[in-house]
Formats: sequence, C-alpha cells, structure tokens
Amino acid sequence: MTTNVQAQARAAQKTTTLPPALILIAGWLIPGAGHLLLKKWIRGALLFVSIVAMFGIGLVLKGKVYAPNTAELLDMLNFVGDLGTGLLYFIARAFDLGQAAVQIAIADYGTKFIVVAGLLNIIAAVDAHSLATGRKAS
Amino acid sequence: MTISHFGAVLLFSLFTSVVFGITMRSEPKMMIRFGAFCFALFVGGTIAASWLMWLIKH
Repeated sequence: MTTNVQAQARAAQKTTTLPPALILIAGWLIPGAGHLLLKKWIRGALLFVSIVAMFGIGLVLKGKVYAPNTAELLDMLNFVGDLGTGLLYFIARAFDLGQAAVQIAIADYGTKFIVVAGLLNIIAAVDAHSLATGRKAS
Repeated sequence: MTISHFGAVLLFSLFTSVVFGITMRSEPKMMIRFGAFCFALFVGGTIAASWLMWLIKH
C-alpha cells in the first residue's frame, strides 16, 4: 500500500510530464524510444542498436518469424516473444521476412535471436516505464 | 550469411549484456560493470558447458 510520503517521493523523482503508459507503448513499438522520450539519449541509442541488431541478425541467419497460431505451446510462446519487438515484427510480417523453413542449426540460432530481441525489448520498455513513474531512480 | 557458433555466442552475449546492464542498474558505472559481468558469464558459461559436453562424450 502506497503512503502519501511514498507517493510524494515518487512524484518528486518523475523525470517527465508524459504519461507513463505512453512511454511504455513507445518503448515497445520502437526499441529505445521510451528512454529517448525521457531524454536518456545514450541508453535509448544503445537499446535501439542492440535490439534492432539482434532482430536483424536473426533475420539474416534465416530465423523464423512466428505468426499467430494455436498449434504447439512453444510456437505460441515464440509468437509472444516475437511480438515483443513491436513495429519490427509487423514490418517483418508485412514483407514476409522470416518465413523460410528452419533447416540448419544457424537458422535455429536466428529464430532464438528474434525471440530474445522481443523479450529484451519488453524489458527495456518496462524499464522506461519504471523511470517515468519514478519507481527506478535514474 | 554464415556465422560460426562461437561468433553467434559473442553477438548474443554482447547485445543481451548491453540491455541487461542498462535495465538492471541505475548508475552508469554500475551499468557498465553489470553488463561486463553478464557478458563474462554468458561467454564463460558457454565455454564451460562446451567443455563439459566434450568430457561427457569422451
């Protein structure tokens, strides 16, 4: 339960007037955008480069981009992970990227790169949200 | 594009460690330290697991 003192302390630590939900959604749609909105330029740029590079390497390695499905549990979880990349996922789907069958180990690595890029992007978006609400110090 | 298995480990570890460092610590100095720690654990853990599998096989 949040006391008045805690609420005041959090309000004092807030770094932006933008709604935290907007920061969260921006961070999800574009990797690092949440931090950029909070004027954390270096962090935002590093997150953007890291997540986009992981996603790009995954595609270049011929990794699979999962579509919505109700098949096996792991396929559904992989789809959720992929969805974490935000706009990158929708762009990949729009251009039919990552649709080739995975036949070699390196391509399987590519699939994992894409899924992990999505999961890392979710962590980054939540981190930006925590900064916006004042839950995280700086 | 072809990439060695160890190259894939290095790239994966690098990018993942950058995100972990930024998101799991508050101070820039601690971010760098934690990122380096994660990178060392990823790469070191993979090498250790590889040697373990080699020993099991032989």
